[in-house]
Amino acid sequence: MAPVKVFGPAMSTNVARVLVCLEEVGAEYEVVNIDFQAQEHKSPEHLVRNPFGQIPAFQDGDLLLFESRAISKYVLRKYKTDKVDLLREGNLKEAAMVDVWTEVDAHTYNPALSPIVYECLINPMMRGIPTNQKVVDESLEKLKKVLEVYEAHLSKHKYLAGDFISFADLNHFPYTFYFMGTPHAALFDSYPHVKAWWERIMARPSVQKLGASMVPPKA
Amino acid sequence: MAMKVYGLPMSTNVARVLVCLEEVGAQYEVVPINFSIGEHKNMEHTARNPFGQVPSFQDGDLILFESRAISKYILRKNQSELVKEGDLPDSAMVDMWLDVESHQFDRPMAVIIHQCLIIPMYLGGENDGNVVEENVEKLKKTFEVYEARLSKFKYLAGDFISLADLSHFPTAYYLLATPHASLLDNYPHVKVWIADILARPTVKKVVEMMKATA
Repeated sequence: MAPVKVFGPAMSTNVARVLVCLEEVGAEYEVVNIDFQAQEHKSPEHLVRNPFGQIPAFQDGDLLLFESRAISKYVLRKYKTDKVDLLREGNLKEAAMVDVWTEVDAHTYNPALSPIVYECLINPMMRGIPTNQKVVDESLEKLKKVLEVYEAHLSKHKYLAGDFISFADLNHFPYTFYFMGTPHAALFDSYPHVKAWWERIMARPSVQKLGASMVPPKA
Repeated sequence: MAMKVYGLPMSTNVARVLVCLEEVGAQYEVVPINFSIGEHKNMEHTARNPFGQVPSFQDGDLILFESRAISKYILRKNQSELVKEGDLPDSAMVDMWLDVESHQFDRPMAVIIHQCLIIPMYLGGENDGNVVEENVEKLKKTFEVYEARLSKFKYLAGDFISLADLSHFPTAYYLLATPHASLLDNYPHVKVWIADILARPTVKKVVEMMKATA
């Protein structure tokens, strides 16, 4: 069986989302870089894989996919075993809880946290754009409110969907990893259950392995 | 016991859940949540949705929030063909286009709806033309992709209707009420696809509920 292919740089957050799932299930895969500087993401070849000209894109034989969460779920379903079941689709309630907290990451947690990553790391280091402190301050206020909810939730459950690690937790890894490279990492110290949950995620071999290729530039 | 959906049908996220309930023929009850008195932020509601949003949902002792998560639960529970569970490539297609709906359609549309409908009708103000234009440009790019896709397939995930298509209906319904409805004339396959979805009996029923609570 040919290894599956993931298109995009391994250090990109949405690519890393897919890669951590591939690592968790132990699938063979190949990362094919897409050169943004050379506008490769807008090339006809890449647009066939992702019509929005974004990364990641994914190929398994004839199947082409885009949207990192959809790709990740495909991977987690295809390579699911009794030991590695990160979607829990055999159990209606558990699967629903995985979906709920996956949506929360997409709609609530990430929109509060990612602007801080963009303003403090990506803009200054990669785009030569100075940090917009107003955006950072507004996002920090939103993030605090979100983390209050997470703190209450994680006081009752070891992981987001219940007492089992799932796709919902792993979704949080890429952007949070970079957040920890910003000057605001210490925010998590105010939310001890969130911090402990984050440390459990960081301790996972899959996350350790990917983290090594995602070393954030010091802000 | 009937399932409960908390929120008003006029909310796109509530309507999304309602159409799934209609599709599977489930017994359900809509429990209104009154935003104007801050009911969405009270303790009873935040126990169901800790972010104080709508919808939230109850099936027995299971409480859920996030409309796309609720929708999938309802469809899976009833073995609906709208999610293609058990079929690896088809379910991936449904997931992919549902994410596209969420990221490439709903985001610019939410701004357009807020600017063109909510501000004038409910907040008594004037919209910000620049913000509208910026989001109309994003929507056009999305429609270009949809036009290409729907020229090859009847529906987004393939030749079968799925949650990915239906998820668009509440927002598409409101698009038709804005001055930007005419955009669709430039994307004939998208226009036909939207009309097809809005003609579906379950969708028509929920649209009536949306109108009644607007």
